[in-house]
Amino acid sequence: MELIKNGIRIDGRKLDELRPIQAAVGVLKNANGSAMFKMGNTTAVAGVFGPRKVFPKHREEAERAILRTKYNMSPFATTERNRPGTNRRSTEISMVTRQALMPLIFLEEFPKTAIDVHIEVLQADASTRCVGLNAAVLALADAGIPMRDLIASCSAGKVGENVVLDVAGKEDTEGELDLPVAYYPRKKQITLLQMDGITDSREAKEIIKLAVKGCEKIYEEQKKALRNRYKLEGDEA
Amino acid sequence: MSERKLVIPGDFLGDGRAGNGAYEEEGKAFAGCVGLAEEKNGLFFVIPLSGIYDPKRSDGVIGKIQDVIFSKWIVDINSPYEAVLSLADATDEFIDLTKTDMTKYFNFGDLIFAEISSVSNTKNVQLSMRNRKCRKLRGGRLLKVVPAKVPRIIGKAGSMVEMIKQMTNTQIVVGQNGIVWIKGDHEDIAIDIITMIERKSHVHGLTDQVKAALEEKMKDAPKIERKEEKYNDRHEHDQYSDSGDYGEGFS
Repeated sequence: MELIKNGIRIDGRKLDELRPIQAAVGVLKNANGSAMFKMGNTTAVAGVFGPRKVFPKHREEAERAILRTKYNMSPFATTERNRPGTNRRSTEISMVTRQALMPLIFLEEFPKTAIDVHIEVLQADASTRCVGLNAAVLALADAGIPMRDLIASCSAGKVGENVVLDVAGKEDTEGELDLPVAYYPRKKQITLLQMDGITDSREAKEIIKLAVKGCEKIYEEQKKALRNRYKLEGDEA
Repeated sequence: MSERKLVIPGDFLGDGRAGNGAYEEEGKAFAGCVGLAEEKNGLFFVIPLSGIYDPKRSDGVIGKIQDVIFSKWIVDINSPYEAVLSLADATDEFIDLTKTDMTKYFNFGDLIFAEISSVSNTKNVQLSMRNRKCRKLRGGRLLKVVPAKVPRIIGKAGSMVEMIKQMTNTQIVVGQNGIVWIKGDHEDIAIDIITMIERKSHVHGLTDQVKAALEEKMKDAPKIERKEEKYNDRHEHDQYSDSGDYGEGFS
């Protein structure tokens, strides 16, 4: 089956088009901050707890807060049921998510505490780490954690000979390459860069550029969602 | 005063220095959290709209006694940092520790209104009961609110809380740490009103809205006969111990 025909992809998108985005902030009652982020069929919910006391205590740091992230995929998130619990993949994603968020947060403002970020993927259709990261950033801002900016994340890849933005569904499983990026817009820096596939450096640069363009669009959506949450609060009757 | 503007992390505030809730990069100030931006003589700062309680010197807080060790009480102040109240800061009396049980003054689970006398760089929080307003809180009910919204509940020079106190005939103590203690005739109404203020915290002319809501609610409220033994401490202390609804789960 052809994945791209006349510049239109299998789900009807153009090559450089994102999936429809939905974002909501403040969706969980018991978290200090929370957010839901959805891109096409990929949905993630993030909850932030803290700054709170560190347990176990020996992991506490005297001069700064520690950031702990947990990425988890629900057993029902994929077409084939996946085994619940932590696995090699989720451990890795938790780690790269933490490293992507670290440059953003003023950890030194809350010494001896822990900031816990929990990401739950409810529905998976490629690029779950990007969607999870987008939700996590909004949840952190909602929790009132001091930070420098928001981070936007998005993937780009290669399907056949075409470079495409926001890899989804069949493109992920049958495409040539998938490259997730997290982007720090104000500094124009990249805080997450992974690649699954083979390419040369010229093409890789092209793919990264496209992903960054997607991130800029997502950044605007994130800002809108965050503003909405705090505007509504006062204006309701 | 200029209109306060809603900002989110990364928003450009202006050329100048950065104060609380903001940060500075190459002479430019940016917002460091979600909040309302303000400027005073070239100093840009953001009043946050969310977040946990970060202890500050001279804040009045409501705390719960967690532990008694040697000559100190450990107090939970609804923050990641626990506070310490030492015996010398709690009372003027001379107390012989070898003969006196410290729990006689404050026992586990007791509620106190205390002032933060110092916060060190390593976030060691010291409490003091020296201020005239500081006391033990007996009976009543507790309500948790977002600490960032406490100033709205108190109002200008205490106007908002004063109004609620008078109209519902209650005593209310608001801790800067987001804990509100209420005791009196119409506790339910006072709680409803305070949650309303928390929800609508940045509406203009909130005081008038609150006043209208209070009058509306008080119309239907049953009259309460004043009882003579009302402020009998011992009696109320017993009451507190089973008011688990609000007394528990501080953190």
